[in-house]
Amino acid sequence: MGERKIRVLIAKPGLDGHDRGAKVVARALRDAGMEVIYTGLRQTPEQIVTAALQEDVDVIGLSILSGAHMTLVPRVMQLLQEKGLTDVVVFVGGIIPQEDIPKLKALGVAEVFLPGTLLEQIVRTVRESVKRPLEISE
Amino acid sequence: MTTKEMTSHVEEALSRWEEHTLRPALARMPERATEFTTTSLRPIKRLYTPLDIQHLDFERDIGFPGEYPFTRGIHPTMYRGKLWTMRQFAGFGTAFDTNKRFKYLLEQGQTGLSVAFDLPTLMGLDSDHPLAEGEVGKCGVAVSSLEDMEVLFDGIPLEEVTTSMTINAPAAVIFAMYLVVAEKQGADWKKISGTIQNDILKEYIAQKEWIYPPAPSMRLIVDTIAFCTREVPRWHPISISGYHIREAGATALQELAFTLRDGIEYVEWCVRAGLDVDAFAPRLSFFFNCHNDFFEEIAKFRAARKVWARVMRERFGARDPRSWMCRFHTQTAGCSLTAQQPYNNVVRTTIQALAAVLGGTQSLHTNALDEALALPTEFTAMLALRTQQIIAHESGVANTVDPLAGSYFVEALTSEMERGCYEYFEKIDAMGGMIAAIERGFPQKEIQEAAYRYQQAVDRREKIIVGVNEYVVEKEPIEVPILYIDESVAEIQKERLRRLRARRDNAKVQRALDALKEAARGTENTMPYILECVRAYATLGEICEALKEVFGEYQEPPF
Repeated sequence: MGERKIRVLIAKPGLDGHDRGAKVVARALRDAGMEVIYTGLRQTPEQIVTAALQEDVDVIGLSILSGAHMTLVPRVMQLLQEKGLTDVVVFVGGIIPQEDIPKLKALGVAEVFLPGTLLEQIVRTVRESVKRPLEISE
Repeated sequence: MTTKEMTSHVEEALSRWEEHTLRPALARMPERATEFTTTSLRPIKRLYTPLDIQHLDFERDIGFPGEYPFTRGIHPTMYRGKLWTMRQFAGFGTAFDTNKRFKYLLEQGQTGLSVAFDLPTLMGLDSDHPLAEGEVGKCGVAVSSLEDMEVLFDGIPLEEVTTSMTINAPAAVIFAMYLVVAEKQGADWKKISGTIQNDILKEYIAQKEWIYPPAPSMRLIVDTIAFCTREVPRWHPISISGYHIREAGATALQELAFTLRDGIEYVEWCVRAGLDVDAFAPRLSFFFNCHNDFFEEIAKFRAARKVWARVMRERFGARDPRSWMCRFHTQTAGCSLTAQQPYNNVVRTTIQALAAVLGGTQSLHTNALDEALALPTEFTAMLALRTQQIIAHESGVANTVDPLAGSYFVEALTSEMERGCYEYFEKIDAMGGMIAAIERGFPQKEIQEAAYRYQQAVDRREKIIVGVNEYVVEKEPIEVPILYIDESVAEIQKERLRRLRARRDNAKVQRALDALKEAARGTENTMPYILECVRAYATLGEICEALKEVFGEYQEPPF
């Protein structure tokens, strides 16, 4: 029995161009042995979910610092439902007011990472959250 | 004593000290770390002495304020003559909301306005564009037409305030809107003053809110600079910005070097377009970040003035001393603020603001404590402004000019910054200039690398961030109230745009847009045509779209 690599899509929805966090997290996950696909800037929820489907990812990380999270995240979650991607785990990172965190979690977001979160914590949480089996029989 | 004698005397004294005083002390108690570094991970020595500044000549390298090379400041009396401008960046919701905040800040003693626009506006999209959904009024104020701009400055006499506008890709359009508001107020364009950021190079490098490819973007910038020299002579048509480069993860040196190299690129383009360097260079301005590492930041500001003065005099042959001056705005580092224990951010901002003042800034924005959570509330915005007022009136640092000059450490760091800058200039020149460097991803990759190294240092706790990787609390002791922008802003904006499009003379709008496209295809200055579009109430989105048809759109190359 071996283990396949965790596949992660890091995405920047909306108009926000602040990609420092997205890129740092992408690199940390890659250094931790995961397969990371970065969508680039200004992706619509439709584009993100299509990429998740095509790339067959276990995890989506959405990076939003613009305040548009309560518009963009629900749409991503709804599209994932519609496409039957219910085993894909979704994380949100960025500038998110405290009171929105329970609302995002109620939509099915696994965790919200605020500024100041350590990389090791993100790596650990992502690794522990994957729903699809990682074992591959040889 | 000659310099040589002095040097050998200090060398001897230093060896004696190391042998007799330092060594036993280290034997008794070793230092806390093997290496001490700045926030930018620059190694710092234990002790600086006259040996570290023996390469410096007082008059040539340090000199007097208000004189070349301006290391000590651009004005002879600095803050004894006039305090820096306290300019708090503000903008959220509709133009009505922000107009109210502006008036509040002016009542609290703020001395200049600074407009934050929302993301759709920054991208040249109207509030009713599908991509604007969820973003209207969130990161700043929504401005889609002259009508919004009229509301934004309602009751604020534009001849009396100076206004800074953080707008880049669509800067020419927003500037035209401001000019038409001034015109309608009866204000004289020759008397109004302020700044548009208008710096597209740092957008490609760091902030990433671009519309057009580099060449037409640079042309629009040259157009606004040329237009200002003739029509709005007291305006700063560009604010060459390192702020966003730093926020994206650059080191202090990278911020400085890339920003000044961007400045060189703009000057080259203007000169190539036939402008006389001394006709526009005195109106160029800069915008820097100020992070936590106190002395490194001060050294950065002092080096900025010295390097720019030399670049302008030697590289471009500018003769007017005002062309040599690096005048700049500073904002404390948003990226240094933490969502954890947010009240600690007041202390961070105070340290940073103090460094900016000791570095000789011309204007300053101090971040509010809730920056890592949301936009500032009225209370946190006031506290941020009060921080500056306390530094200005109570700390005593404004009483003398460049008080840290002559410090072995500060002068040595200033020299290191200066040298580092020229090394980056050489590399970028060898690539064929900043646009060529951007196209191959050079500054972007340097910044990404620095951002990752810094985050790793935080993760390994080589860098301690109070409340983040040390002194952590499980539950926040105090809750911070948050400013909330709801979707009613977008609804109001959509309705205003619907009515505007129904009310205005649409044939006139079309003619103005067609004329602009024609001008954009040729080589004429586009500003007069943009002004005509604005006067006809063409929207921001319509004007930017018209230019997109001619110029195309920028696609970031993958790297």
